Amino acid sequence: MIKDITIGQYFPGETVIHKLDPRVKILVSFAFIISLFFINKFYPYILILAYILTVTKLSGVPIKYVLKGLKPLTFIILITFFINLFMTKGVVLFEIGPLVITEEGLYQSLFMALRLIFLIMGTSILTLTTSPISLTDGIEKILSPLKAIGLPAHELAMMMTIALRFIPTLLEETDKIMKAQMARGADFESGNIMSRAKNLVPLLVPLFINAFRRADELAMAMEARCYRGGEHRTRLNEIKMEKRDYIAITIMVIFFGVLVLTRYI
Amino acid sequence: MMIKIENLNFIYNPDSPFETKALNNINLEINEGDFIGLLGHTGSGKSTLIQHLNGLIKPTSGSIIVDGVDITEKGADLKSIRQKVGLVFQYPEYQLFEETVYKDIAFGPKNLGLDDSEIDSRVKKAMELVGLDFDSLKDRSPFELSGGQKRRVAIAGVLAMEPKVLILDEPTAGLDPRGRDEILGEIKDLYNKGNITIILVSHSMEDVARLVNKIVVMHKGEIAMEGTPREVFRRAEELESMGLGIPQVTYFMRKYKESGNDVSSDVLTIDEAKEELLRYLRRNGND
Repeated sequence: MIKDITIGQYFPGETVIHKLDPRVKILVSFAFIISLFFINKFYPYILILAYILTVTKLSGVPIKYVLKGLKPLTFIILITFFINLFMTKGVVLFEIGPLVITEEGLYQSLFMALRLIFLIMGTSILTLTTSPISLTDGIEKILSPLKAIGLPAHELAMMMTIALRFIPTLLEETDKIMKAQMARGADFESGNIMSRAKNLVPLLVPLFINAFRRADELAMAMEARCYRGGEHRTRLNEIKMEKRDYIAITIMVIFFGVLVLTRYI
Repeated sequence: MMIKIENLNFIYNPDSPFETKALNNINLEINEGDFIGLLGHTGSGKSTLIQHLNGLIKPTSGSIIVDGVDITEKGADLKSIRQKVGLVFQYPEYQLFEETVYKDIAFGPKNLGLDDSEIDSRVKKAMELVGLDFDSLKDRSPFELSGGQKRRVAIAGVLAMEPKVLILDEPTAGLDPRGRDEILGEIKDLYNKGNITIILVSHSMEDVARLVNKIVVMHKGEIAMEGTPREVFRRAEELESMGLGIPQVTYFMRKYKESGNDVSSDVLTIDEAKEELLRYLRRNGND
């Protein structure tokens, strides 16, 4: 049940997209988000869709798998859709009781829902094709110029690495404790909000206790291996830009430029 | 009370790169009063199988009939199935959450909707079964107990639901030898009191040989062997090829026989070995 969540999951592979420098991928994802918000009409969405399909195809991740990432967010997408559908004023198309659907509302709601769907799909490609380790390496590199003004880039990256590393562990543990309590007749699926929240106690207490215990053990293990932060730390595999990265950047700059331009023509 | 598993299949993460076939066409019957040892290498599908038995996992295909009810059908009353089939997970002490030992053990019975006096008597009984002193421990926090005691509290929490079938997933993992013997002794006593079917998942051939009356061996998601301990442990080579083995004392008797001594190697426990050796030595002495 809980293991079905695919957001943030890494899909191992050896494709061009996988091999791109993580810094490039992170920055492209940012540019993607920003240019998505620049779009103000429907037809550039065709470009976005083409972009998502091409990158997905290149990365070897089955499109079905990318779509699965939308599942947990269906609720948010639907809420956005309906709020925009019913709350936008304009030329009335039809009325059902107190609910009024306008032409503008229909347009706006489809537009917003598509924007959300593309946003999730486009950015999930980043985490699907970048292992957590290289993702945080990339973030550390991107942030490292800010060390000059006192930003602890390495520490932040290390915290992220650890957090990412423990997501699957904690999910697994949640699943296990949930099952153990369900075996004792606990019910996590029915009841109103209040009783549901109360029913979570048997899950949350052991989960927190175990998380703290784990954190303690991890700190001890890191100290036993002489970890002392980022100062003078070197790495075995330095990330460096290659030809394919420069090609990717060039293509992307042109692509996002075109997207932004569509706003003004 | 009988469990019948028919053509059970289970696939983890279908349609993803992590797809794994965990159970492949399992057919198994568990009869009332059985004490079954479930053996298998890590990843052989033992844990997946036992979680099917009280409806925690829904099979990809196949059916599981518990006490005449197919629990894989939609709308099956899972609460009553989980009362009938109690499951103690591996390292169950990590699921403790209440302020006191009493409250934690009472969690299961409370979920069954029993009244306070019934809960009280069940908690007392369960604590007695696992060798915990009711008066001195009931108001203690479970978190300040020792590892072995915590585990007992967790097992008592399942016993308090008075299941007809009790499944224990490596109940002795990570305990010291004394804690291990005590817990196994308590499980044995529980079985001897009757009216219960037990499934014990274990990695210890010795424990299984000593306790159970039927062994099921799993390998790569399938049932590889099924039979009495004597039948199963005769197939040492096959077991070894699955990363398992036979009890140490059986190994010893096999070697002893190979080196030219006319003893039976069909021996599973130290007591049996002692008798067999004494018999052999006496006979030799008389010659």
